[in-house]
Formats: sequence, structure tokens, C-alpha cells
Amino acid sequence: MAALPPMARAAAPRGFKDRLAVRAVQLGFLAAILLLWYLMTANGAINPLLLPPFTGVVRQFLRVVAAGDFIADLRTTVYELLMALAIALVCGGTVGYLTSRTRFRIRVFDPLLSGLYSVPGIVIYPLYVLFFGLGPPSKIAIGATIAFFPVALSTMTAFGTVDPVLVRAAKSMGASDWQLFRYVLLPAAFPLIVTGVRMGIIIAFLAIIGSETIASLSGLGHQIVTFAESMNMTVMFAYIVFVILIALLLNGFVSSLEARAQRR
Amino acid sequence: MTGSATDTAIEVRDVVHSFGESDDPRRVLALNNLNLTIRRGELVCFIGPSGCGKSTMLNMIGGLLTPAEGEVRIGGDLVTAPRPRQVAYMFQEGALFPWATVLDNIKLGMVFQGVAKSEQQDRALAALQTVGLADFASHYPSQLSGGMKQRVALARALSLQTDILLMDEPFGALDEQTRMVLGEDLSGLLSRANKTIVFVTHSLGEAVFLADRVFVFTARPGAIKAILEIEEPHPRKPSFITSGKYNELRTELYSLLHEEIRKSMDEQRPGVTASAG
Repeated sequence: MAALPPMARAAAPRGFKDRLAVRAVQLGFLAAILLLWYLMTANGAINPLLLPPFTGVVRQFLRVVAAGDFIADLRTTVYELLMALAIALVCGGTVGYLTSRTRFRIRVFDPLLSGLYSVPGIVIYPLYVLFFGLGPPSKIAIGATIAFFPVALSTMTAFGTVDPVLVRAAKSMGASDWQLFRYVLLPAAFPLIVTGVRMGIIIAFLAIIGSETIASLSGLGHQIVTFAESMNMTVMFAYIVFVILIALLLNGFVSSLEARAQRR
Repeated sequence: MTGSATDTAIEVRDVVHSFGESDDPRRVLALNNLNLTIRRGELVCFIGPSGCGKSTMLNMIGGLLTPAEGEVRIGGDLVTAPRPRQVAYMFQEGALFPWATVLDNIKLGMVFQGVAKSEQQDRALAALQTVGLADFASHYPSQLSGGMKQRVALARALSLQTDILLMDEPFGALDEQTRMVLGEDLSGLLSRANKTIVFVTHSLGEAVFLADRVFVFTARPGAIKAILEIEEPHPRKPSFITSGKYNELRTELYSLLHEEIRKSMDEQRPGVTASAG
């Protein structure tokens, strides 16, 4: 009992040097893309209407940030995204949990939800514009609809595949229904649910930016289309940088949540 | 029925149980008219061929399953649901919560059982001490070997301080050397803890080494074929295994089981199937 078993060593986190190497290569990759952009646009080899110069975009981005022009549109898009996610989490989580409770329901709803998930949800966006108008509500509706499916499916699978031995053990020790949910089912299901939420966030963001470019009054997607139509490519790219930054932030946040959930 | 039975811990009367719907041709009769009495403070092993219903019987004693006919009584009371105050259950493997530390796993059992919060820490640490894993309180199950995990599961069961401990092949997934050592430890623990233990096993050696009485199950549908008394005080020493007495008892157990194992294997062969349903 003195020495740790082999598993303990295998489960220990990888070395600092190893992680540093991974990060270095990742940053190098990004730097190479930016460098390529810079080189391709520096001497006017590419028409700046198609790809504006890197330095111009950086300058424009800093100007937009300093002037605060972006705030209203950023707020609109982030608001739409958060509302859509809140709705998708509540509805998808509830539907997923309720369907997971019997084998029969899983057999009925799994193919239904998976089938609908494979439909490009954006096809109903024109309908949502008719229902909810051109403002944020139609974006929230499309984002929520699209994010609902991965959340519901992963929640259903997560709760439906909890190891029955854990449930029997908890029951044998006297767990009430609430305790079983709170201390066994929820923690057991959590990692897989987070994976579904991550998918939901990514595709909801895609749908919201996409629908803003199709028909909208404001938002980052709206601005990108407006600047593109007025051939103002440098500013358009500055707004694209915002979208990229939000996407990276979101992904980083959810990945860390996922990594924490799956650590064990 | 309760009159003579201050020393009776568990009583099973005329239990019949089947699996499958009544109109399903694959329905199997798992237990047929099973009777047994377990005395307070003894260690009983259930042994029998695969599928003979010994784990089913254990689940009924634990209140996780209700018999179709007949009754199970603990201390004279009819069992209809788990009785966490009286009965702790230890499973073969994988019953530790992987997201919780060793200490939290043990405490969670007490949370479910309803132990006061102030007592949980001390009782959990004491139980860990008993199984020799006091230094591993903040480890996660994935960081432990199979034998250590089962020690934690045992600590969790002990921390519940029940009179009865049900063990469903608790060492079944471990290698032989580890299970022998754990068997010795268990025998030592028992001689101090004064618990009634029902232990399901496939291992002849384990049954003879641990049990005060071995209940030999028949092939499916399960019933008690014979009861073998092992008159050897606890804690049992490794030297017991090399004794003539141990070997005679093991041989006797093997001859009792052999015929049932054959029957059970014949039944599994396609075409030879008896009318089990």
C-alpha cells in the first residue's frame, strides 16, 4: 500500500514542457496565417477590395474600439446569443431529462430529435421573421431552436446512460428521489450535457450571426453586411475580428467547463 | 414466526420469483420455493452455478427487488424496500461515484442514510482507517487499484454502521492474490464488528475460507441444495488454507456443486433446454 498504483501515475497531468510545446505550435500557426495575410496584402498584390491590408484592418479595428461604435451592435448580438442559449438550456434540458426516464421514450424520441437536428434550422428563419419581425426576437428564436437539439439529445443520452450500479448503490443506502438526482444522476450526466451545450453554443452563434446578415436591423452580422455592401472592406474586416474574438472567448469558456467536468 | 427468533437476523420463506412477462416464452423461473434462515452475527456465503439466483436472493434481502411470492423478513419485519439503517450493500465493482473523492464517496453514503453532518467526517475517516486507506482520503476512484476501490466500497458500507452487510461478489473482479488478502482482512474485521454478513461468491476457496455456513444453491430455478458448516473461529489465518480440514471442506463443496454446474451448463446448450419457463 506504500507506492501509488500505476493508474495514479497515468492519471497525473502531463508535463509543463509538453503543454508549453503544444501552445507554442498553436500560436505559431496563428502567427503564420497573420503573416501570410500581411505579406499578401503589403505590396498590393491582392486587390484591397477583396482582401484589405492587414495593417489597415488593425488600425481600423483599434479606431472602432476607441470610438465605441461597435458597442450597440456587440450588445445586440451577445444579448441575442445569451437569450437563445437560456431558452435552449431550459427547454432542451427539460425535454432531454424527461425523455431519458424510460427506455420507451428514448426509443420514440431519439430518432425524432436526431432527425430534426440534421435539418438545417435556418430554413425556418423567414418564418420567424414573419412571426417576430426584423429585430432581436427572430434571432433569439432561431438560435434557441437550433441549439435546442444538441442540448436535448446530449441531456437525454447523458441521463439515459448513467451506470445503473451507481443508482442501485445510492438506493441501497437510502437515497431519496431528490438526492438521487442531485448527488448521482446530475453529476454523472454533467460531462456529456456540457458537450451538448458546447455544440449548442457554437451553432447558435453561427445561426444568429448568419440570420443577422440575412435580415436584421442591428447586430454584428448586420454591420458586416452593411459595410460589405458599401464596399467598406477594412471596417467590415474589423467587425469580423469581433466575431472571431467572441467565438474564441466562448469556445475557451466552454472548453474549460468541459475539461473540468470530464477531469475524472 | 418472530417468537423463537431473537437470534434470527434474516428469514426467507417460500420465495418464488421469475423474470420476464408472464406471456413471454423466454420467461425464466429464477427462484423456486426458497427457504433459508440466517442467524445474527454469522457470515453466510451463497454459492451456486451462474444464473442460479443467488444475486437475485441477495437483492431481495437488500430490498432492491420484491419477490413475486413468499416473503423476506429482517428482524421479524417484512422487507418491501431498502432498509439503509439496518442493511448495507456492497457491489462487485464500479459502485463508487467517480466524480467524488474517496472521503466524499463514504460521506455521501451517510448523507443518503441520514447521518448528522457533524458525525460524517469522523465516521468516514474511522472507516478508512479500518480498511487501511487513511492516506487516500482525497484521491479519486480512478487513481486507485481495483483492490483499493473495493476497500473503499467496504469502508463506505462499514461507515453506515448497519447490523447486516450484503456483499455481491465483492472481490469477484480482483486477481486471486488480492482477493485472498482482502478475505483475510474481512475475516479479521468481522471477528471484531459482530455483523451479520451475506456474501455471494463463485469461489469455492473463498466460501470455505470466509463462511460460518455455506449455502449451496441448485441450478436454476434456485433453491437451497445443502448447507455446509465451517467450524473454524474468526479471524481465520492463512494457515487455515493449507490445513487438511480446509481441503476436505473444499472438496465436499465441490462435489455438492459439481452436479449443479453440469445441469446449469446443459441447460445453456441449445436444444437440450429443459422446460424452464
